[in-house]
Amino acid sequence: MSKVLEIKEITKNYEDINVLDGVSLSVEYGEVVVIVGPSGCGKSTLLRCLNALEKIDDGEILLDGELINPGNNNLSRVRQKIGMVFQSYELFPHKTVLQNLTLAPLHVKKADKRETEKEALMLLERVGLLSKKDSYPRQLSGGQKQRVAIIRALMMHPEVLLLDEITAALDPEMVREVLDVVLSLAKEGRTMLIVTHELSFARAVADRMIFIDGGRIVEEAPPSDFFEKPKSDRLRKFLDSFSYEKE
Amino acid sequence: MGFEVLFKGSNFIRLFQGLSVALKISMISVVISIALGMVIGILMALDIPYLKSVFRIYLEIVRIMPQMVLLFIVYFGITRMLGISLSAEVSSIIVFSFWGTAEMSDLVRGALKSIPLVQYESSMALGLTTLQTYIYVIIPQIVRRMIPQSINLITRMIKTTSLIMMIGIVEVLKVGQQIIEANRKSSPNAAFGIFMTIMLLYFIACWPISRLSKYLEKKWET
Repeated sequence: MSKVLEIKEITKNYEDINVLDGVSLSVEYGEVVVIVGPSGCGKSTLLRCLNALEKIDDGEILLDGELINPGNNNLSRVRQKIGMVFQSYELFPHKTVLQNLTLAPLHVKKADKRETEKEALMLLERVGLLSKKDSYPRQLSGGQKQRVAIIRALMMHPEVLLLDEITAALDPEMVREVLDVVLSLAKEGRTMLIVTHELSFARAVADRMIFIDGGRIVEEAPPSDFFEKPKSDRLRKFLDSFSYEKE
Repeated sequence: MGFEVLFKGSNFIRLFQGLSVALKISMISVVISIALGMVIGILMALDIPYLKSVFRIYLEIVRIMPQMVLLFIVYFGITRMLGISLSAEVSSIIVFSFWGTAEMSDLVRGALKSIPLVQYESSMALGLTTLQTYIYVIIPQIVRRMIPQSINLITRMIKTTSLIMMIGIVEVLKVGQQIIEANRKSSPNAAFGIFMTIMLLYFIACWPISRLSKYLEKKWET
């Protein structure tokens, strides 16, 4: 397998705070990497740096062997290759579901309108939302909005999909419908970097787990080892904080 | 009741012509205000420290000054001081645009600030450039948010044109006064009829605009 994404020793500071402190990571085609860690550990910042929404202060990011550090004047082209889904969905409220899906392909890729709409409808059908194509985002539930947001990112045919706590703002009963979509994407071999707090989901979907704390990668392992045989104390404590036992 | 003077000579047509003078001045000012207000509003939203305080002062001046005082300053004061001659129409368009631009830019600034940052980010994450993000994502949203207050501003501008007779423009109110004066002997009640008619004319001018606003608000409900 070859590497689609290579992150080399990146650092990111907000004023005096070291948010990312030399993070290195490479992701292979078709791999699903799940990143967990306490809040404020830098995991979301890492994803945002990959999509150049944040500037890195040091280090290198290579996509398909091409340097995509800020200052790269081809940001739009890079971002087409890296799709991102946000916690708060961020559908465009003034556009219908179908228009949300076709906006970027039509205006950025100058794609054919009929082909694009056909593809959008196919994806909508796949996530069970074909009947909502002419609805506005305000008429959808949180889970429905997030499913639309995921396929909106897919419409650009990205090589890597970044999912930034996409279920964190959802009611518990809607988490499932969104994660099922992500699972099916993993099955078809999508390359994904996922930040989540849903550990049982992480375990099911991940090829590799990463634990970040204090802006550094503390532990990196396949899911079975990661959850059953954590090496570091910090990860053990982190995992413990998710389990409850009646004393 | 004084309505009979309407049908004397070309009185009714004259009132309409007066209204069209008022509408012309307000519409030209509205167009200028929207264009300049967009630009200044965007500049204000960028939070450039020095520029921001200049705009604040400008906005405050417009807010505290009665429009009539502004009209007098421009038409009688500035023209004399600078030794230039401005027609009353141009003076009133300057004053109305000066006022409208201030209010529009504040509306644009407020609307821009109300769009969450992550809307820009999600648009850029899809590969849209900054310009495309503004054209397809941000501006359509701020326009929708601004509709009610901008329409309110437009109708206020139309109504405030009644002041421009003070610098000698013969608009609908002035025409009305002329008709009343001319018919003082034959129809002593003309004031009632004429002013009621003028009220109706203002209503005819403003009502469709506020209906349009209601319609758009409903259509774009978010």
